[in-house]
Amino acid sequence: MRVVLGLCALLAAAPLFCVLYFLVREGASALDWNFFTQLPKPAGEPGGGMAPAIVGTLTLLALATVVGVPVGVMGGVYLAEYGHPRANGWIRFAADVLNGVPSIVWGMVVYTLLVVPLKSFSAYAGGVALGLIMIPLVMRTTDEVLALVPQSYREAALALGIPRWKIITVIVMKTALRGIVTGVLVALARVAGETAPLLFTALGNNFWNQSLAEPIAALPLQIFTYAISPYDDWHRQAWAGALVLMLMILVLNLAVRLFARTKTVR
Amino acid sequence: MTGPFSLARFSPLRKSAHWPDRSFRWMALLAVAAIIGLIGLVGWQLYSGSRLAVEKFGFSFLTSTKWDPVSDEFGALPFIFGTLVSSLIALIIAVPLGIATALFLTEMAPQKMRQPAIMVIEMLAAVPSVIFGLWGIFVLIPWLRDHLFQWLRDTLGFLPFFQGPIYGVSMLAGGIIVAIMILPIVTAISREILRSVPKLQREAAYALGATHWEVIRIAVLGYAQRGLFGAAVLGLGRALGETMAVTMVIGNRPEIKASLFAPGYTLASVIANEFTEATSDVYLNSLFELGLVLFALTILVNAAAQLMLRRLAGSGPGKVAG
Repeated sequence: MRVVLGLCALLAAAPLFCVLYFLVREGASALDWNFFTQLPKPAGEPGGGMAPAIVGTLTLLALATVVGVPVGVMGGVYLAEYGHPRANGWIRFAADVLNGVPSIVWGMVVYTLLVVPLKSFSAYAGGVALGLIMIPLVMRTTDEVLALVPQSYREAALALGIPRWKIITVIVMKTALRGIVTGVLVALARVAGETAPLLFTALGNNFWNQSLAEPIAALPLQIFTYAISPYDDWHRQAWAGALVLMLMILVLNLAVRLFARTKTVR
Repeated sequence: MTGPFSLARFSPLRKSAHWPDRSFRWMALLAVAAIIGLIGLVGWQLYSGSRLAVEKFGFSFLTSTKWDPVSDEFGALPFIFGTLVSSLIALIIAVPLGIATALFLTEMAPQKMRQPAIMVIEMLAAVPSVIFGLWGIFVLIPWLRDHLFQWLRDTLGFLPFFQGPIYGVSMLAGGIIVAIMILPIVTAISREILRSVPKLQREAAYALGATHWEVIRIAVLGYAQRGLFGAAVLGLGRALGETMAVTMVIGNRPEIKASLFAPGYTLASVIANEFTEATSDVYLNSLFELGLVLFALTILVNAAAQLMLRRLAGSGPGKVAG
């Protein structure tokens, strides 16, 4: 029985190793200096790179942070510091259900909210879509780490007559800062690879992005476009793009581990 | 539950709160309201975006198998079928495998192996859907086409599911890739459920003379049954909404075929493929209605899963997060 279960565990882990093996094997050969510095070449022409897509992904992540983190963190603060226990149960439930909404649905919603009124696909729309996906994730982790801050900290500060908003921001949130940052990084790692919500918000772009109100390139989008194209050269670049994207996500996850290790939080 | 600041709740400080205090509280409340409001907003946007299609096709939208943009005829059945079948295949593969892995990790694996193994499964969850799709197109599909599918047709070909031509891109390939993608969450939740089985259960079974396997089967699995069911339902919720990887391997053809080797199409895939190409209003509205169906399905399934897991967690809501 032990052997059977062990084999199941091995089988479960096998896809990861297989994916990583091919990412390195196929991706590394197509990865060169041009990949990081050049614009994509038109279809059929060899060479070119994904520079705008790399910058675009970072831009989108920055925008997503601006949208997702304040709302998520404040929501978590409400749950941990103000909320009523019974109402909190429902709010957490709502956040968990929201967390299960398929990411493509967020793309459609942001399309009607931003793309249609502004009459253009844009970096803003892509960033908002990713930010909305981050909100429930950030809120739940913030909520959890704030609950770990000892009650006596708050009581001590209260006894000194410090206003409550200051207690929360300066004492409670500062104590839990590592945990909050960890939560944000986890959420970023999750949305960094999202493609579906970007299909009709950020749309993609083969040139440098001039303004945030224009369509913007993103690594996952470019990987998707290149993967389903009929050109071998693009396939090679799709692997290289996937390798870079995976490395970005691994770095984020590594940062999470480093942040989470020290201190008790998380 | 660590209560929210219970001391301050009744302290005189609250009544005499100054404006910074009050505005901070309002900001926090606003954020929570935004989160609750988001669900309503999504539902409303999808509904208002699909109104034309709802008016034109009514209920027949859900039962019609015709998807013909040229003549503005739209029906959702092939996509609902594709979504349900690919998710079902994913569950059939991922749930036993996930539970077995969780059992191995909690009951059998040597202590030293556990943490690294858990990390590996967590990393599997970090791989983006589009990368699985890429891998699916260039590695998984050729292998399935040349080996697994041939073998299935040779050995199980008497079943209608394993007959017909093999293209590689297929419903089965879609299901397999979704299975890989939901495996981490099924494993993680199952592991949490199994860990919460009280020691006493096991000891009692041992005391009755049960072997290790019998203890696992009767005391652990029997006790954890409902929780594991919840984990499976949560996996289903994820499977229904999977988009990119499925789009890249399922073949994208709106047909209903008994053979799992035949290409299929899912709700999420058709939206991903055709949304920016929708030429007429009815077309776009139909895609929105597909989105609405997908949203309703995932909300229902996820809510059910959360309720199931929450009831088990007992010690207050939110112990088992998704």
